Amino acid sequence: MYENVQELLRFIGQPWPWYVGGGMIAVVLFILLFLGKEFGISANFRTMCAANGAGDMASFFKFDYQSQAWNLMVALGAVFGGYFAAQALHPEMLSNISPETVETLNSLGLEYEYGKVPLVLKEAYSWEGFFTLRGAIMVLLSGFLVGFGARYAGGCTSGHAISGISNLQWPSLLAVVGFFTGGLIMINFIFPYILKL
Amino acid sequence: MFNTFKYILVGFIFGITMYQSEAVSWFRIFEMFHFQSFHMYGIIGTAVVLGIIIVQGFKRGVLKDFHHHDVTFQDKNKSIPRYLIGGIIFGLGWALGGACPGPMFVLIGAGYPVFILFLFAAMAGTFAYGMIRSKLPH
Repeated sequence: MYENVQELLRFIGQPWPWYVGGGMIAVVLFILLFLGKEFGISANFRTMCAANGAGDMASFFKFDYQSQAWNLMVALGAVFGGYFAAQALHPEMLSNISPETVETLNSLGLEYEYGKVPLVLKEAYSWEGFFTLRGAIMVLLSGFLVGFGARYAGGCTSGHAISGISNLQWPSLLAVVGFFTGGLIMINFIFPYILKL
Repeated sequence: MFNTFKYILVGFIFGITMYQSEAVSWFRIFEMFHFQSFHMYGIIGTAVVLGIIIVQGFKRGVLKDFHHHDVTFQDKNKSIPRYLIGGIIFGLGWALGGACPGPMFVLIGAGYPVFILFLFAAMAGTFAYGMIRSKLPH
């Protein structure tokens, strides 16, 4: 029995190919629709603001946020899922990115070696990295833009790119065009300068 | 109790999925925006193709919710500025931070506590939007 569990954990713990990852996201979308809910993670930021009393300061945060408790539970579950995967499934998960991407990183002065790239950029997402100007900008400015932009656009990757496009909503397609426009501007024209700070 | 638990379970599956498929990786997002791999496009594309089939199944009544009721979908409001401008702002942050809202929760659990600050910054961004919302084109 114990060996079977070990075997199963080892099997699930392999890095998943894209079609398994995408398929499982569709499973999540299906379960939420089956439960009568729409998949959209960034709505939680609004709920958290409202739960902290932001309703007194802007009408945008005056809504029945307790009706959104289910979505906070999804976010909490995602924290647990991350913990479980990192502890029990694959502690040393790597980013199996292409050799070209590693070359691009090296050309920007980010020293990473092909086949040994971790999950997050240590220059920003470690405490040493965060307490540098560029690290702090990468964490705080990007978080701010993600939170601001997601609500302005009415959704993020899950709400627009997955839920919205699955429902053939052209506003969601437009939002995704925006996501990629912003992303390409950042990665090509702004990010190289932030790295030099 | 069970009601709470089932949503935590959905999030748990989502979290494992994002981690195991490397969708939480800063480098995978960097690679995606450089068009140097199919991986992220494959993940999103597979989810969308299956998602279209699932949503159509619900809309045509082939699939029902757990009460055996029809699932209704709200159409997004039709406008251009909010999706385009908001989308661009989101994209700037997504590419810089390498994480969208889902992965930031997963990474907090996976042992990268700096993402708690990322989460606070995202809440601050949403709060700022709520404060100036009436002055923005939608």
